[in-house]
Amino acid sequence: MKQINCPLNGVRNIQEFAHGGEVVTQPDPNRCSDAEWAEYIFMEENKAGVVHEWWCHVATAYWFIAERDTIKDEIIRTYDAGEQFKDRVDFTRPEEPKD
Amino acid sequence: MPMERLKEPMGSRIDRTERVSFRFEGQQYSGYRGDTIASALYANGVTTLSRSFKYHRPRGVLSMCGQDSNAMVQIGAKPNRLADRILIEADLDVMGQNYWGSLEKDRLAMLRHLGRFMPVGFYYKAFYKPRWMWPLWAKLIRRVAGLGVVSLDTPHGYYDKEYLFTDVTVIGAGPAGLAAALEAADAGAEVLLVDENAELGGALAYARFDGAGEAAEKTRADLIAKVEAHARIRVMTDATCTGWYADNWLPLIKDNRLYKLRAGALVVASGCYEQPLIFHNNDLPGIMLGSAAQRLIKLYGIKPGNRAVVAAANQDGYGVALDLLDAGVEVACVVDVRADPPEEDMSAALMRRHVPILAGATLREAVPSAGGRGVRAIKIARLESETKSAARYDSFACDLIAMSGSYVPAAALLHQAGGRVSFAADNGSFSVHDLPEQLSAAGSVAGTNTLENVLSEGAAAGRRAAGEAGFTVSGDSAASAAPEEAPGAWPIIAHAKGKDFVDFDEDLQIHDIENALSEGYQHIQLLKRFTTNGMGPSQGRHATLPAIRLAARRTGAGLDETGSTTSRPPIGPLTMAHLAGRSFEPVRYTAMHYRHVELCAKMMPAGAWMRPEYYGDARSRADNITAEAKNVRENVGMIDVSTLGGLEVRGPDAAEFLNRMYTFAYLKQPVGRARYVLMTDDAGVIVDDGVACRLADDHFYVTATTSGVDGVYRTMLWYNVQWRLKVDITHVSASYAGVNIAGPNSREVVEKLCDDVDLSPEAFPYMGARRGHVAGIPALFLRVGFVGELGYELHVPASQGEALWDALMEAGKDADIRPFGVEAQRLLRLEKGHIIISQDTDGLSTPHEADMAWAISRKKPYYVGMRSVAIQEAGGLKRKMVGFELANDAASTPKECHLVIRGSTITGRVTSIVRSPTLGKVIGLAYVAPDQAELGTVIEIKTDSGQMVRAEVVKLPFYDPDGARQEM
Repeated sequence: MKQINCPLNGVRNIQEFAHGGEVVTQPDPNRCSDAEWAEYIFMEENKAGVVHEWWCHVATAYWFIAERDTIKDEIIRTYDAGEQFKDRVDFTRPEEPKD
Repeated sequence: MPMERLKEPMGSRIDRTERVSFRFEGQQYSGYRGDTIASALYANGVTTLSRSFKYHRPRGVLSMCGQDSNAMVQIGAKPNRLADRILIEADLDVMGQNYWGSLEKDRLAMLRHLGRFMPVGFYYKAFYKPRWMWPLWAKLIRRVAGLGVVSLDTPHGYYDKEYLFTDVTVIGAGPAGLAAALEAADAGAEVLLVDENAELGGALAYARFDGAGEAAEKTRADLIAKVEAHARIRVMTDATCTGWYADNWLPLIKDNRLYKLRAGALVVASGCYEQPLIFHNNDLPGIMLGSAAQRLIKLYGIKPGNRAVVAAANQDGYGVALDLLDAGVEVACVVDVRADPPEEDMSAALMRRHVPILAGATLREAVPSAGGRGVRAIKIARLESETKSAARYDSFACDLIAMSGSYVPAAALLHQAGGRVSFAADNGSFSVHDLPEQLSAAGSVAGTNTLENVLSEGAAAGRRAAGEAGFTVSGDSAASAAPEEAPGAWPIIAHAKGKDFVDFDEDLQIHDIENALSEGYQHIQLLKRFTTNGMGPSQGRHATLPAIRLAARRTGAGLDETGSTTSRPPIGPLTMAHLAGRSFEPVRYTAMHYRHVELCAKMMPAGAWMRPEYYGDARSRADNITAEAKNVRENVGMIDVSTLGGLEVRGPDAAEFLNRMYTFAYLKQPVGRARYVLMTDDAGVIVDDGVACRLADDHFYVTATTSGVDGVYRTMLWYNVQWRLKVDITHVSASYAGVNIAGPNSREVVEKLCDDVDLSPEAFPYMGARRGHVAGIPALFLRVGFVGELGYELHVPASQGEALWDALMEAGKDADIRPFGVEAQRLLRLEKGHIIISQDTDGLSTPHEADMAWAISRKKPYYVGMRSVAIQEAGGLKRKMVGFELANDAASTPKECHLVIRGSTITGRVTSIVRSPTLGKVIGLAYVAPDQAELGTVIEIKTDSGQMVRAEVVKLPFYDPDGARQEM
């Protein structure tokens, strides 16, 4: 069984972690097209190479990001999501249609 | 004829003071304590242990260390046990395998005469036409094929698992492994040394390394004394490592336990497999590996024969010949494949003892003894080339042939870790490459053979491993190796009469492999699959290399280019019981669990929890449930809701956070009020529901479904890692115990125990939330109406759950309070038309389908799934959830998941259905086509019996549509 170096808990068995999919940027739900939204919801890049993925240490409910090489099956780096998500995210209502 | 036992020190494994009796094929035999089944039988003169898979030829000892399928026997209910590994015990009942009749007289042995008509691929070609015959053939083949007998009443045994962690792990306790363990432990590492044998020492325990025959024992005693005295070395013998998994995660099997080992830095010193030679009748009992003969002598003190011929491709064969001489066996000759064997210590010792050495010769044909269950003589011919021997031969009478032809590394662990082994075509030498970090190979698995080199390589690997494990090491981590002789490669020469077996497991001969190559199966993986070479129980330990050599010879490619087949775990046999371990399914009990048990509750699993299904006798299940529900409707009942998920959301952004996570609006929710929550995922599918109680401006208590709360919690954290809102989310499900006390008389009961919350409907209305005390216990009061009556959910610290239960039962005594279970609750909520997430919803259910559009706020800029819900809405409904009533004259009652069918089209399914005692009819929820959702529509449901029953779509809820009762 592989091990993951959790930024919070150190090296633990991968069994203790849940995979959360690729780190992708959510399009603005109030302004993107249906196609862009569908792409975001349903499509995975499934890349052969270095990917950035969400992982959660289940016992401590800690989410972080892992940089992983899917060809070599190697976890290159893990880091706190705060490195990437620094600022508060807010949503705004779509513009009211003009009469 | 029984074989002679040798004097001590021969027989290191046996205790001659204790005799043990056992049965083989119904006959009584005895051996010494420490004997394996195979050694005890051999000493008794029983040399046939099994019948071969295809031709039912008698087979005997080959490796004497559990590496071949010849030694597989049935022990009681356990098939395919290794007779050369399992110790005899009193009353062990052992049977041979794979015969009709008896092991001695196998009626299927006539199959050997049909061998000519049963080439490789015979099954594929012979039985597929005509098609109608196949079932008949299948029946016959199944009877003939397969090994051993599976007993359907195999008794249960106790098996379990244990976790182990070490700095350095060494697999294999031969000279390399012992040296590695000592060196790593000296550097300060905690070392685990694992070996599958009963004793330490590997080849030192049975093989010969010098003419005088002293070096092995001296080295062994010295190394073992040091290892046993070392406080940092833990030794595990009789333990098998069955595979390599990522980051040195290793399963070890010892007795009835599976150890899961995180091995730290790993040294693999697993040794090598000696290879049988390929010649006519090379499978007869009495023909064995040189190391097997040595094991019989040294470990079990058995003289393995009276007159032997030894085949050697390297000096190890000379060691075998010397050991045989010392055991009193006459050695007729040593046949050496090398034209010009080098002079060395052991060959000189042999010549001094007048043993003829036939250099540049090969074994051509073994002559069976009368009855074919042993060997009488061997024909030896001069070698003319790699592929041809001289026509002339010499015949030597013998009853034992010991083969020391070449070696194949026991490299399965290395292969699984990504390593590669390269072979030299001409001289049998090999090397390993591409090992990952934290893994070293040492000793003969790495192609190193002289004792001196093996010890130096082992020590170097130990230093390297200790360094990788973070210890300071002095000295070189590369071994200093003196040049050494190659282990040799016995030529493969086909015999005109065949029966020159490449794979003993599958009875494959040289021409089987060659025919497959001629048919175009030249890729090594195809060759394996078509011929089944290496697919038997011994997993190609002895058969893979010859097949690769034959394929390479045919294609003209090198051995490396020809490649090898994949080695997957498990390496050795592994029982299902080891994998299963203990039946271990933890369940959670609520604080009131034992009160339910005392009240004769029928408990049922709900997620990881146990909950009361109903109370009372199973024979009157339906009556009990009805009575419990009726008591809630008319009087007062109480249900344990401790299993409900609970989350605390605190912080200045708490309301904003809930506003994003759930579909409803929470920003303006007043303190002291509860509000329904509905969660959709990003695809707009309903995933959870509950209520959010605003306890303060910046503090919500949110409930979630029992089985959904873990996922909800995780999802909430995931979103906020990205949103960075100022909230703290805490999972408090297990911190609180709770009850829902419901029914028109519930206020009276709670009032008796509470003096700090005004329970009047004006002061504490429906969907209110208050904090106060019940029977002195701090509690959160929620007026929610899942069951549709006046009621209070009381959440208290889990430690007080039982006290709360007792207090309410006592206070409700006069009112005839009665606990109710999950079944009554399901009935009551269905009467109210409330859905249960994941029972009435599935992986595609949208809020609009589930008639939950009322729970969606359209004024906010975002909630998870909002955009998807908008797209669903624009796309129109595909199905709709409705309430239905069954016509009273329905012939049968549908069940959950029964289909709603219109004409020939499935339009939906029933998700919940129950006979409502309150309403006196069968009611339910179902998905139907959107145009069937109109009130009054008649739908048809197909029941178990195939009958179509009619139901009418009716308005929800079924009971108390104005909600007057819950708002009392």
